[in-house]
Amino acid sequence: MDITFEKVDYTYQANSPFEHKALDSMSFHLPTGSVTAIVGHTGSGKSTLIQHLNGLIRPTNGKVRIGDYVLEPKKKPKHAKALREKVGIVFQYPEHQLFEETVEKDIAFGPRNFGVPEQEIQKRVAESAQAVGLRADLLKRSPFELSGGQMRRVAIAGILAVRPRVLVLDEPTAGLDPRGQKEIMDMFYRIHQEQQLTTILVTHSMEDALAYADQVLVLDKGKKYMEGTPVEVFSQRQALQQVQLDVPEMFQFLLKASDRFGKPVAYQGQDVERLAEQLAALAGDPNE
Amino acid sequence: MNNLLIVGQYVPTNSIVHRMDPRVKMLIIFFYVIFIFFANNVISYSLFTLFALGSTILTKVPWRFIVKGLTPVWFLIVFTFILHLFVTREGSVLFNLFGLQIYSGALEQGAVISLRFFLLILLTSLLTLTTTPIEITDAVESLLGPLRRFKFPVHELALMMSISLRFIPTLLQETEKISNAQASRGVDFRTGPFRERVRAVIPLLVPLFVSAFKRAEELAMAMEARGYRGGEGRTKLRELRVVKRDVAALVCFIVIAAAALITRDYS
Repeated sequence: MDITFEKVDYTYQANSPFEHKALDSMSFHLPTGSVTAIVGHTGSGKSTLIQHLNGLIRPTNGKVRIGDYVLEPKKKPKHAKALREKVGIVFQYPEHQLFEETVEKDIAFGPRNFGVPEQEIQKRVAESAQAVGLRADLLKRSPFELSGGQMRRVAIAGILAVRPRVLVLDEPTAGLDPRGQKEIMDMFYRIHQEQQLTTILVTHSMEDALAYADQVLVLDKGKKYMEGTPVEVFSQRQALQQVQLDVPEMFQFLLKASDRFGKPVAYQGQDVERLAEQLAALAGDPNE
Repeated sequence: MNNLLIVGQYVPTNSIVHRMDPRVKMLIIFFYVIFIFFANNVISYSLFTLFALGSTILTKVPWRFIVKGLTPVWFLIVFTFILHLFVTREGSVLFNLFGLQIYSGALEQGAVISLRFFLLILLTSLLTLTTTPIEITDAVESLLGPLRRFKFPVHELALMMSISLRFIPTLLQETEKISNAQASRGVDFRTGPFRERVRAVIPLLVPLFVSAFKRAEELAMAMEARGYRGGEGRTKLRELRVVKRDVAALVCFIVIAAAALITRDYS
């Protein structure tokens, strides 16, 4: 599903001393099947933006289009529930939303709310548990007995079981150890490709944005600050530093390497080994 | 949800009322609430109204905000008025309304009770609008101080109060987060039959309790780690001090309250 924002404003607590404009004339387009990373400093409007994606809030001004659904100010969306079935949001620390007695019931909660037939639910629970790498014997356990990483997988399975077409991830790796982070991100990328989803990734990790995103959206104070492919965006180190963001380690290293060898070393999606060969060639034979 | 009710919300405008000693504010409000029940004629009511409105202006909190914030209370005030209109049978019959006789005494009583109700709520909400929760607990601790002689756990009470006040916004935020998450999983909190809506609260309450308990445990641990041992020998960063403006406010209140008590009908 294509997602389009047209000059979207969102103001919290309008007409009060606490009035706060969280989104300011935000416009962008996310094509079907793409992975978009949204980056920005705390308070840049990321959370407000994703709440628009399944109609939890409506724009104060402007228009949001998600596939055929349109969100407009002051107009209650007629098919809010249908939209929520299509757009799955994995909120920050999703394990905080677990409440059922067993893992199985918790995963089934979403599909049941959307009126999926009972037989189909059983199938989906098994499938999504497998997709997130939960062992079948955990299904009968209480979610509160599991480890933090496993709880997160349960929560994610609960969202996948609804079979959304758009997957929104709000810092899905926060609070996980480095290995868990990589596992979760690889898992999402695999699911994205297998189910041909449109994925939106809100993240603080520039490395993840570089590794997984087709396009990057940089927000600052509720405004769109930059937009482009990861390479385009991360080539502008100074502009990013203006909004307290850093470029990925790879880019930092390339800048230093370029300095050292007096020749520009460009990023072309090379991995660490390829880069090492490239640099070795640049440096020449040390015995010469 | 939370912008409907202003009770408990602090609006920082740094007015003279904000800078007052919280103990003085609390004392004034305490006695105001008692004395307003002695008012029984136009003059005494006007004096109390004057005091409440004057204080509100001095806080510099926008009127629009206060009026909007009292929304849930308006309903009660109007309800009280209507109830009096139909129930009280004093004075002369003014007119007939759908077969019900409306008495002049009812109109008068309804208006007076509603006004009293409005003033009470207005002035008490000014306390939380202009005083931070920390100041309020400090004031409570200080005002209850004398009870310590009777082994009353004043410090513990004040601490409990400040912790609960401190966690109200946190819990509200948490509630919003979880309700957003569950709404995204297809829970409908707003529509549907009543039974369904009550059931929809379970996915909200369970995670909320889990996180509240976790928070309590973490807080206890953090306090322990920083050497908290109760109130004994504990000093304050901000000492409460009564200064000129507090005396002025107190005098102002005493004059108005005394004038009201003198001018009320004693017959």
